[in-house]
Amino acid sequence: MAQAELSTAPAPDIGLPETTPWWKYFTFSTDHKVIGIQYLVTSFIFYMIGGALATAVRLELATPEVDFVSRELYNQLFTIHATIMIFLWIVPAGTGALGNYLIPLLIGAQDMAFPKLNALAFWMIPPGGLLLIMSFFTGTGAAASGWTSYPPLSLVNGKAGEFIWILSVLILGTSSILGAVNFFTTILKMRAPSIKINTMPLFCWAMLAASILILLSTPVLAGALILLSFDLMAGTNFFNPAGGGDPVVYQHMFWFYSHPAVYIMILPVFGTISEILPVHARKPIFGYKAIAYSSMAISFLGLIVWAHHMFTSGTPAWLRMFFMVATMVIAVPTGIKIFGWLATVWGGKIRLNSPMLFALGFISMFVVGGLSGVMVASVPFDIHVHDTYFIVAHLHYVLFGGSVFGLYASIYHWFPKMTGRMLNETWGKIHFVLTFVGFNLCFLPMHYLGLMGMPRRVAEYDPQFATINAICSIGSYILAVSTIPFLVNAIYSWRSGPIAGPNPWNALTLEWTVASPPPEHNFDGVPVPKTGPYDYGFVKQGDRRRKISDLKASDILGGA
Amino acid sequence: MKIPNTILAMLGGIGLTLFSLWFGQHNHLLPVPATADAALVDGLFNTMLTVSVGLFLLVQGLLIYAVIVFRQRPGDETDGPPIRGNIPLEVLWTSIPAAIVLAISIYSYEVYNAMGGLDPMAAGGTAIAHHHHHGGAAIAAPLDGMAPDMGNGRQVAYGVGADPDSMGKGPDVTIDVTGLQYAWLFNYANDGIMSGDLHVPVDQDVQLNIVAQDVLHAFWIPQFRLKQDAIPGQMTQLRFKPTVTGHYPIVCAELCGSYHGAMRAEVVVDSPEDYAAWKTSMVAAAGLDQSAIAAAIPTKQLSDADYLAPYGAELGIDPGAIAQLQP
Ligand SMILES: [Cu+2]
Ligand SMILES: [Cu+2]
Repeated sequence: MAQAELSTAPAPDIGLPETTPWWKYFTFSTDHKVIGIQYLVTSFIFYMIGGALATAVRLELATPEVDFVSRELYNQLFTIHATIMIFLWIVPAGTGALGNYLIPLLIGAQDMAFPKLNALAFWMIPPGGLLLIMSFFTGTGAAASGWTSYPPLSLVNGKAGEFIWILSVLILGTSSILGAVNFFTTILKMRAPSIKINTMPLFCWAMLAASILILLSTPVLAGALILLSFDLMAGTNFFNPAGGGDPVVYQHMFWFYSHPAVYIMILPVFGTISEILPVHARKPIFGYKAIAYSSMAISFLGLIVWAHHMFTSGTPAWLRMFFMVATMVIAVPTGIKIFGWLATVWGGKIRLNSPMLFALGFISMFVVGGLSGVMVASVPFDIHVHDTYFIVAHLHYVLFGGSVFGLYASIYHWFPKMTGRMLNETWGKIHFVLTFVGFNLCFLPMHYLGLMGMPRRVAEYDPQFATINAICSIGSYILAVSTIPFLVNAIYSWRSGPIAGPNPWNALTLEWTVASPPPEHNFDGVPVPKTGPYDYGFVKQGDRRRKISDLKASDILGGA
Repeated sequence: MKIPNTILAMLGGIGLTLFSLWFGQHNHLLPVPATADAALVDGLFNTMLTVSVGLFLLVQGLLIYAVIVFRQRPGDETDGPPIRGNIPLEVLWTSIPAAIVLAISIYSYEVYNAMGGLDPMAAGGTAIAHHHHHGGAAIAAPLDGMAPDMGNGRQVAYGVGADPDSMGKGPDVTIDVTGLQYAWLFNYANDGIMSGDLHVPVDQDVQLNIVAQDVLHAFWIPQFRLKQDAIPGQMTQLRFKPTVTGHYPIVCAELCGSYHGAMRAEVVVDSPEDYAAWKTSMVAAAGLDQSAIAAAIPTKQLSDADYLAPYGAELGIDPGAIAQLQP
């Protein structure tokens, strides 16, 4: 019977193993799997809110005039859009959801190192997010000085909205720090004895790197925001030039977090891509150590490049040059990963299913963001395109083409594990095509807009840009619509999709050796894997013709 | 079978390279360059675009090829080969990107130096003399108030300074630029001219000393490929030599409030005759006292009734500034 469950043939619908009752998801549960799903569903809800705000932004930009919303509201829309997408969607989904759900399962642990801290970290997200959204209803509206919240502008816009924004980001940042403490400790201390640091799944390496960044950089953001709130509410002058403060210091502190934040948002997804590709290409990951250590290199370099966001600010020439070169160097570890992934799928037996489509889509879109990233690292060129639509295009290729495609790939890949049921493939492919087309239609032309002279964060623009903006807006509508097939698919399949069985993809990492969804304590005893996480193409001794898909759980797991 | 494949791959590589080279030179993705330095930036952009297009096509080509050739055949449940890595290959794809970004860094450094980014004199010095009151340029007074250290040479002015060949020499024209919600003011201190649009003589070395009065703004002329934040309490500068006469937009690139998108002005690169004529007309207008004020305020924004209505309060700033214009 175990053999049947592991083969690609659909498992008999014998119902699911014991599943978590729905009300558990509304409790202070300390089960990392419950918390992971809490993070995922909560952040996805915020993603849809952030997406609605983005659609409103694009509706305004469909024409050069200010016609859909007021100028004041427009600035609030893009400010809260970015804040939600970063602090309430990509960060909590990438680290919180995937990290919590996967790390203990991948390393053979029963839970995270600090389960209560974990639950606390999650339960800071809903109040932080609700606060942010409610700030639209204050007398002067929500924060309107961009997610960067540069003083002095952030000190002269509506005080209430700005203060709530600071409070909300502080809460979400604290949650992120608590989560990182947990990931860092769990990965280093909770691994099953047989899972060595140099053979653990690459997602763990990526989460280790991301956690280090969170721990080192988020406190600096918190410091900046607390000082900003003093300037705002108590009339101090840390950053307020009217009283002798220095607004450029805020920029340094802000970007000391917010550049690493990009890697906090992309590293977890780098990790899941390294998990997904070998499974669906049926080949070992190419260059395990190079990919693992490049995560650490990115983490380190990510800490010394922040001022590339300030090349046109009060930044002296030598600093501009230093940060240019440091930023360029990040292309090297990033390139190692991309070529490693290409080599992983090269020569494989590629299953072009939804997780794989999104994973390959991730590579192809992230490359665009990476290449434009090298371009904007170049000071003379960045002086031209800084704060233009070229940057808007670049950052969305990194964070949507990169992070969001990767998150979708991860959801398609682990949905069967999380719910015990399969997603529908056809709807998954429709979702992919709509997302891919909408995304490129929306963001590719923005490179041109920026190069030609359109600044970002404007509600009105030169009519010469009207046609291209209309195209971008159409792309954004397609992107908005693309979420529907996914949502319908996810909700329907969660309730009544085909039973997945423990290992629908014939994967080798530990989470696939237990039932779907996994039992509360994950493993009976301490699991001892017989194979490494990427031993595809592995031919067992004396059994040279045996296919991986014929392996039983007992072949992967030793011990009991 | 092996040799044709190699040849095909080589042909593909040559085609890809040729296309990238062609695209990099014929991209038409930038507006006309109107300064000598702008052409340098364009050369850098074209080079980076060539490399990027090449790498993009390489990666996409490999991906599409892999998806087609290495797709799972129906009924094939076997795995791919257990290849775990290849050190020489990994060294290759580590060193090639490293070499590329090193080359781009050096090229960028050269361009930045050539356009005056490394001018040590950008850290104060010559620019500052103009801030002392000449003629009717009392606008300098509030500016001095905002950048208290200006004038003693210690204050560092960030931005792009003199090209290496004119380093140490003073600029031909110096203009004080003030960004305020939501307009640019241009003060020709030596000539006693205040204007809402920027006029500069073609082929002359022009220096802008930039400050902001209220919040951050960014002074951007896309055709000059130059941008610099205007920072309250901190002078910044741009120095350039326009080479093509014409009218170009001045765009505010740093979010400065609700009318950020409307904060635009115009730079006019004049022939020497036109520039002289413009100056004469502005000085004459300034002689008419009050009417100078109207000329000094950017008319585009003010004529926008939409702008006037909710922003009467902001306009309150302007009468103050205007009062200080009085000789
Ligand atoms: Cu950055
Ligand atoms: Cu502005």
